[in-house]
Amino acid sequence: MIEWVNSIVQGILLGGLYALFAAGLSLIFGVMRLVNIAHGDLIILAAYMGLTTIVMLGVHPFVALLIVIPLMAGFGYVLQRGLLNQTLGDDILPPLLVTFGLSVIIQNALLEIYTADPQKLNGGLIETASIPVGGLAIGILPLVTFAIAIVVIAGLQWVFYATAIGRGFRAVSDNQDIAQLMGLNKAHVYGLAMALALGVVAIAGILLGMRTSFDPSIGAGRLIFGFEAVIIGGLGNLWGTLAGGVILGVAQTIGAKIDPGWQLLAGHIAFLVVLALRPNGLFPRVEH
Amino acid sequence: MSDALLSINSLDAFYDDFQALYDIDMSLELGEVIAIIGANGAGKSTLMRSISGLLRNESGQIAFKGASIGSKRADQVAYMGIALVPEGRQLFPSLSVEENLLLGGTVGRSGPWSLKRIYELFPVLSDRRNQPSTSLSGGQQQMAAIGRALMSNPELILFDEISLGLAPIVIKGIYEALPNIVGEGMTAMIVEQDISKALEVSSRVYCLQEGRVSLTGKVGEVSREDITAAYFGVAA
Repeated sequence: MIEWVNSIVQGILLGGLYALFAAGLSLIFGVMRLVNIAHGDLIILAAYMGLTTIVMLGVHPFVALLIVIPLMAGFGYVLQRGLLNQTLGDDILPPLLVTFGLSVIIQNALLEIYTADPQKLNGGLIETASIPVGGLAIGILPLVTFAIAIVVIAGLQWVFYATAIGRGFRAVSDNQDIAQLMGLNKAHVYGLAMALALGVVAIAGILLGMRTSFDPSIGAGRLIFGFEAVIIGGLGNLWGTLAGGVILGVAQTIGAKIDPGWQLLAGHIAFLVVLALRPNGLFPRVEH
Repeated sequence: MSDALLSINSLDAFYDDFQALYDIDMSLELGEVIAIIGANGAGKSTLMRSISGLLRNESGQIAFKGASIGSKRADQVAYMGIALVPEGRQLFPSLSVEENLLLGGTVGRSGPWSLKRIYELFPVLSDRRNQPSTSLSGGQQQMAAIGRALMSNPELILFDEISLGLAPIVIKGIYEALPNIVGEGMTAMIVEQDISKALEVSSRVYCLQEGRVSLTGKVGEVSREDITAAYFGVAA
């Protein structure tokens, strides 16, 4: 019995990481209806940036965040204004194709620079430390990851609903033309949204790198987890995305408990079941 | 023409291959209120979109305070001091009433208009400030749309069909508020299909017909017959 409880608790904590994969994806889609196929590869790019920072400066991965977050955010802004804004329009196909191409480019560039050898970010003691709770051992790193996920989502929620920038995001999402009339340059607003999204991606990438080993090819898998968490939770609802991540995480750990080979399959099945029963996700944003 | 606040010189406007405006000349002095009238499809909204920057044209075709703005983006035009109350209100549904007004203040120009002044002008908006903008009635939405435009403290405000789809009593209320707005020395351009309402508050009128200026003159000097002819394109 305790083993099942353990699986569920580990799954919930894993869900925090998946929510971090998904949050940026959800934000970008919400603001500019852009489906970013390169999102998973950007997470891996952030993990490698973390690796280089850690090796060059000899710092802890959490300290590396101070460098990787601004770098990724800046890259996001430039990427959006320099490339992705040109793909946005009435047709949804160009952004899909361009971000797919971007995904291939990032993957191969990482392969050239870092080779295909698996890498890991060394978090030191935090990786193995745990606290005993009623017969369970809860890892500090998964717990910290989950806490960070909650803080990030609460932070995004605050930006969206309590700041002028968030007001701009929502206005541009509602009606680009009218927002432009009010003095918001949508190219800039989209740039800020992508910067924010890639800031979150930086956090996700570093936490991923501390949790598991990574190589340039695993981005697509993270993209799928992110997509699934967004869809399970319901589009446009950030707390729903956290719930979606948790459901996905729990399904995976329970699947793995039954048979280690079923981990990914169980997650995909949970996703398909939600999609079949509640096509809009469990907590879709209430339309006005 | 050097003292004109806004001058439009031989403006041709296109939607892709379709030409919507032909060789429009217009000028607007500081503090003046003019009416633009015309039937559906005459090009009134295209003119609004061109001035506000939603439709970009050749640079020199539109000048505001002596600067060419014909090819500027809408947000740049907004910073220069032109605000548009768009046809159909077009409030942001995801934003509350107050957030809509605050968004209108994005450009941060200084002037007489503030949240407090807007709420004094339209007290009902103050009562509903935290409600979703979609919960307002049509007339209240129009007040919010006007308030949102005023929040940028524009020097020129464009009203596009502000009576469209509203009950006559509501239209009356909104037009009664107009003198309070333009009384501040603000220059305004009022686009209407409802000719009599537009003429009541304006000093000059331009009539558009099929993308061309078919009549222009001082209100009171142009006859009803002239307007009818210019509006419909038939001799009355």
